[in-house]
Amino acid sequence: MSTPRLEVKKTYKLFIGGKFPRSESGRYLPAHSAAGAHLDNYAHASRKDFRDAVVAARSAAGGWARATAYLRGQILYRAAEMLQNRAGELVSEIARSTGARPAQARREVTLAIDRLVHYAGWTDKFAQIFSSVNPVASPHFNFTMPEPTGVVVVLAPDEPALLALVSLIAPVILSGNTAVVIASETFPLPAATFAEILATSDLPGGVVNLLTGQRAELVPHLASHMDVNAIVDGTGSAELQATLQGGSAVNLKRYTRRDLKAADWFADKAEDPYWILDTVEYKTAWHPMGV
Amino acid sequence: MKAKTQDAKISPKGSVVPAMAPPVIPLKDRHLNFGGKWEYAPSPEDARAYPIAPRHELFINGKFVAPASGTYFPSINPATEEQLTEIAEANAADVDAAVRAARRAYDRVWGKMPARERGKYLYRIARIIQEKARELAVLETIDGGKPIKESRDVDLPLVAAHFFYYAGWADKLKYAFPGKTPRPLGVAGQIIPWNFPLLMAAWKLAPALACGNTVVLKPAETTSLTALRLAQIFQEAGLPEGVVNLVTGAGATGAAIVNHPDINKIAFTGSTEVGKLIARAVAGSRKHLTLELGGKAANIIFEDAPLDQAVEGVIAGIYFNQGHVCCAGSRLLVQEGVYARVVKKLRDRIQTLRVGNPLDKNTDIGAINSAGQLAKIRELVQSGLDEGATLQQTQCALPARGFWYPPSFLTGVTHAHRVAQEEIFGPVLSVMTFRTPEEALERANNTPYGLSAGIWTDKGSKIFKMAAKLNAGVIWANCYNKFDPASPFGGYKESGFGREGGLPGLAAYCRLD
Repeated sequence: MSTPRLEVKKTYKLFIGGKFPRSESGRYLPAHSAAGAHLDNYAHASRKDFRDAVVAARSAAGGWARATAYLRGQILYRAAEMLQNRAGELVSEIARSTGARPAQARREVTLAIDRLVHYAGWTDKFAQIFSSVNPVASPHFNFTMPEPTGVVVVLAPDEPALLALVSLIAPVILSGNTAVVIASETFPLPAATFAEILATSDLPGGVVNLLTGQRAELVPHLASHMDVNAIVDGTGSAELQATLQGGSAVNLKRYTRRDLKAADWFADKAEDPYWILDTVEYKTAWHPMGV
Repeated sequence: MKAKTQDAKISPKGSVVPAMAPPVIPLKDRHLNFGGKWEYAPSPEDARAYPIAPRHELFINGKFVAPASGTYFPSINPATEEQLTEIAEANAADVDAAVRAARRAYDRVWGKMPARERGKYLYRIARIIQEKARELAVLETIDGGKPIKESRDVDLPLVAAHFFYYAGWADKLKYAFPGKTPRPLGVAGQIIPWNFPLLMAAWKLAPALACGNTVVLKPAETTSLTALRLAQIFQEAGLPEGVVNLVTGAGATGAAIVNHPDINKIAFTGSTEVGKLIARAVAGSRKHLTLELGGKAANIIFEDAPLDQAVEGVIAGIYFNQGHVCCAGSRLLVQEGVYARVVKKLRDRIQTLRVGNPLDKNTDIGAINSAGQLAKIRELVQSGLDEGATLQQTQCALPARGFWYPPSFLTGVTHAHRVAQEEIFGPVLSVMTFRTPEEALERANNTPYGLSAGIWTDKGSKIFKMAAKLNAGVIWANCYNKFDPASPFGGYKESGFGREGGLPGLAAYCRLD
């Protein structure tokens, strides 16, 4: 009489332009736990999905860059609030994916929340720290300030699946860039869940776009895309680095490598305001003084 | 009637012969006619005061040494096509010797030296440059073709200023990067262009040395002389051996630097095409890279601009250094209401530009740097004509020998024309129009480059709106082609990455721990 209830399986989808499409390719991959058990299926992003994500990111770039620094800070803090609210969900997602003990998973999630709060505060401060009025030897008022570079591709390492992702995205978007993020290949589910949480924060659609799938398949297209301004590579893979950086030769994308060991993402070195500078452009303006 | 006024406009010899009853020329058709009355007495610098050795060697480990390659190439004066000297051509073995000298100097001397002492060397070098400024200016002009009034009054003062500026940073780096411990990168390979030979050397060397790096520098093959003279200044200053090494040569020498495994940092200024090759070559290595590449800057004149000042700014923007300037304001965008007036003023103004002997203090436009560059300018201008543009040029006689191109501008240019898209790198301006600020922005940003831009308007809020939306690293509002060591310079998009000058210029030569 008592048939056990059948659990509802979920298909994890991509996050592009604030929406959750399946891959246009119709492909899916199975997500496994560290122990090898099948968890759920997730979308296997294609080159076309990546191009759609860049279009979404480019469309969102103007508005996000023009938003006041105060507003961007408010929105990032709101994202941290949402994350706090749904911390349990992320903890179980990390724990069931990686096999981490719940306490360990909780440590990753709380640190990710705190890091987001930390970076939320930088939106209206980094320009004060990293801009300058330049004492030129002529009657000109001359100043230099950072501006977002545009659309940034972010590659997350496999581990820690959530914390590294958040630590890489926050310094990119806080200045007004938009991001196309390639999630952990080994443990994509925490990233996909994070995207679902972002979608319920006030972050405008397209500011963060998330693709899951196979990195090696996407990397040549990331490198050669003409409408990507910068790449932040957290994979630590020398092979991927060569391909991605070679893509700089296509349209002079800015390329930054962040080689951190899995444990380092928990350390202070993964929370660095100087990382903001890797995806900004310095603009210098000259104004004559006189009447 | 119209035909008659045309006749009386300008006579090439400058003598206006009135017809029997001189026609009254309507005001709007009158042109300035300087003709032969615009002659100045020649006033050249005497180059004989600064003899040039018949042969120049490489500068490696503090000494001038013959190249392992055994080969030398000629260096000519582009204003006369006479050979000035011959210059050693460094091959891969020479570059390797230079890198080993730089590594040794980094490990044993320069990297360990107290920052304050490093700074004092740079101050000393700056002072010697000031003492020898005239000699260096004359040499720069003979070697590269730029007018002496620019090499003397712009290049050399800025060269000295760059060394002074970065000298002072050497012992203050921790204040430049709050919360960090800046450390040098190691050996820097630097490749510089021919348009501002000594100034580009200064832009590269001063911050690299201030931050504690040692250097292997390659000047451009047509303009090596002032860099080699700078090497003598390093000797005179007692700069430790191997801290700066100079390898002369062309593309193959540059490639040997880029591909050398013991170089930590590559800094390149030059064309976007070569910049991309370098980006590909260093991909996958641990070499740091900064690139200062090409540009196709928009100089935007609004109807409310002070037009006479704006035209002066346009002249400075495109004809400075024969237009051999990566940030040259080579696309002039004029708001429709003032287009006719601006073009008329521009047409009259370029007639007053004096083209000729670069050593003459009255010369505005010197020689084109090389036969190859001249051919490229001619080819691009021809493409403009073929695509339907109209050419306006200075009516002046050009010297019989040497490489010359008169100040020119093209009207009737559309944004699809090659002259509106490609870097001409010569004294040629492409003039276009726009109606609204939004259209000006759209057009200005419609290029793969993003080095610089100019805005001319009397309205401050319009300047700030435009400046915020132009995708360019340097914005000149109501001015153009201003440079200062304290002011960062560098581009967006395909104009490269990294900044030179100012505080961000230090970041290109430091590792932050």
